[in-house]
Amino acid sequence: MTGLLSTEVLSHIGRQTDPQREIVTRRDIRKYAVATGSRLQKYLDGDVAPPLFHLHLFWDVVPLDTLSPDGVFTDRLLPKFPLEKAMAGGLDIQYHQPIKPGDWLTATRTLSNIYEKAGRSGALIFYEVMMEIRNDAGELVVSEKTTRILR
Amino acid sequence: MNPEPSIGMALPERHHHCDVVQQMLYNASLWNGHRIHFDMPYATEVEGYQGLVVAGPLLGDWLHQIVDEWLDDAGMITGIEYSNRVAAFVGETVTAGGTVTQYDPNSGALTLEVFVKNDRDEVLAPGIITAQLQR
Repeated sequence: MTGLLSTEVLSHIGRQTDPQREIVTRRDIRKYAVATGSRLQKYLDGDVAPPLFHLHLFWDVVPLDTLSPDGVFTDRLLPKFPLEKAMAGGLDIQYHQPIKPGDWLTATRTLSNIYEKAGRSGALIFYEVMMEIRNDAGELVVSEKTTRILR
Repeated sequence: MNPEPSIGMALPERHHHCDVVQQMLYNASLWNGHRIHFDMPYATEVEGYQGLVVAGPLLGDWLHQIVDEWLDDAGMITGIEYSNRVAAFVGETVTAGGTVTQYDPNSGALTLEVFVKNDRDEVLAPGIITAQLQR
């Protein structure tokens, strides 16, 4: 441990977003399928959503004047970290049920972990965000863990 | 899906030309305003990239598509673990592919190693996908 992470930063572990509820439409599925170069007719027709469609459904829609100069929004779930240069991260996703037009889905995101490691060229900060997506019956549809690395 | 899966079986590969219109539509569909994907002077002069950066999750989608097209209606993807290691740039052609690494014929559970690589054989996005065949 290099002691980079203050108690204040670590106190954000467990912080959760308000649930976000969205409806799935055939048109949105079709747009997503075309934009990703899908060749499967069930997606191009919007009968069922391709995997990863949940990224489209739950990407934050924020006013233009809240974007930073590089066009990115600040994730309010995150504290101000002592390191800010983002490196490649990873995704770990479980698909529990298919997503179809007309489904109402609710996502909740939780900042589940913050930790540091010594890298070859200095300290690295890792953080993890868990997203759970459920249908109106409360059943899990997609669960996703994002890990990001800062240097 | 034909023939039956076996360990070591390579899936059909797919080339993706990273087209600027596709990038625009993809990022618009997400509501992703990150300038590195569409603002060439910003991407090259401010961020120092060699060109417009292909959105990371699009490479992730191409990993899914390799397995999804191969499965067709014979099964579904149940999970993926992947990371974006190296950037792809608009104008490049990248190749997605994969190999079956585990297969249980009784349960229909499958594990596959998947990749997107560039024409210099650098792996941009490695991943592991789990899938379930209908039984």
